[in-house]
Amino acid sequence: MAALRSSASRLLGAAASRPALRAAVAPAAAVRGMAQVADAASGDANLKTFQIYRWNPDTPSEKPRMQSYTLDLNKTGPMVLDALIRIKNELDPTVTFRRSCREGICGSCAMNINGTNTLACLCRIPTEDKAELKIYPLPHTFVVKDLVPDLTQFYKQYKSIKPYLQRDTPAPDGKEYRQSKADRKKLDGLYECILCACCSTSCPSYWWNSEEYLGPAILLQSYRWLVDSRDEKTAQRKDALNNSMSLYRCHTILNCTRTCPKGLNPGLAIAQIKKSMAF
Amino acid sequence: MRLSGLQKEVLSLYRSCLRECRKKPDASRPRFQAFARAEFQKNIKMDKKDFGAIEFLLRKGRRQLEVYASAGVKDINQ
Repeated sequence: MAALRSSASRLLGAAASRPALRAAVAPAAAVRGMAQVADAASGDANLKTFQIYRWNPDTPSEKPRMQSYTLDLNKTGPMVLDALIRIKNELDPTVTFRRSCREGICGSCAMNINGTNTLACLCRIPTEDKAELKIYPLPHTFVVKDLVPDLTQFYKQYKSIKPYLQRDTPAPDGKEYRQSKADRKKLDGLYECILCACCSTSCPSYWWNSEEYLGPAILLQSYRWLVDSRDEKTAQRKDALNNSMSLYRCHTILNCTRTCPKGLNPGLAIAQIKKSMAF
Repeated sequence: MRLSGLQKEVLSLYRSCLRECRKKPDASRPRFQAFARAEFQKNIKMDKKDFGAIEFLLRKGRRQLEVYASAGVKDINQ
């Protein structure tokens, strides 16, 4: 990374580069798609343009806009997150996004890339075509700033399903709650969920009913606790879901399964809950 | 004057801010009230047709109110 930065700043002219760039961006900012910041072009550069959704909460009367950044892919890592970090480091430090683990285990960098909700750290930059890559925040969420969505409602719903082991009887050996291999196997494909909210925000039902419908991510977690052999409050959990909104707003659109960056199947989990409620 | 729904929401937010101020200690209450007023004054020039911005500011205001209303917050500096 240090090497990347020094080469870029040499080409741009070290200290003066950043303020100059920022000044150049400001006047064009009002016009959608006009603001453009480019990587320094060299001989065999493999340039790619990223269009990033920009919105600043400090000036709420300004409309959101798309800003273009052009990077040389030869100097950038393979993933979209690498490109975003490079844009933030070298081109425009005001670009805002969440990121943490850069390996798809924290779920911070969930965003809408070229129309698909995914984790920026698991999404390769498409190199086969020269088309611009469009990056938006997760759809139908309130935006905190640029690519940062407000997930308060999502976490509130997660809290509402009581995502922890509920038991009244102590463990027989007084140490731990044991589970057969078969029972443990039921949790595979459920416990891997990292709550990135990609699936919930891709679900049209959730778009229209996010206040009451729990959404695929939360229902997957709900099912994770329903099938857990150690949990003793299964009946109460089912009771809480037994209304027209919480669970039954799922119309098996299956956008959730298609979009899940971890390859899980929330659609199946919801179907299993419905089945267990019906019979 | 007939108020629009959004205007009513803004006013009700301001009223609940003042109501929360009354739960604060006597000594710091004027500072809380001044702060609440100043927060609204900041955006007094907002275009009343700019619904998106007003709705955002309402959400922001409610979040702020939730934080400042907690009993642990005893005094405020501007």
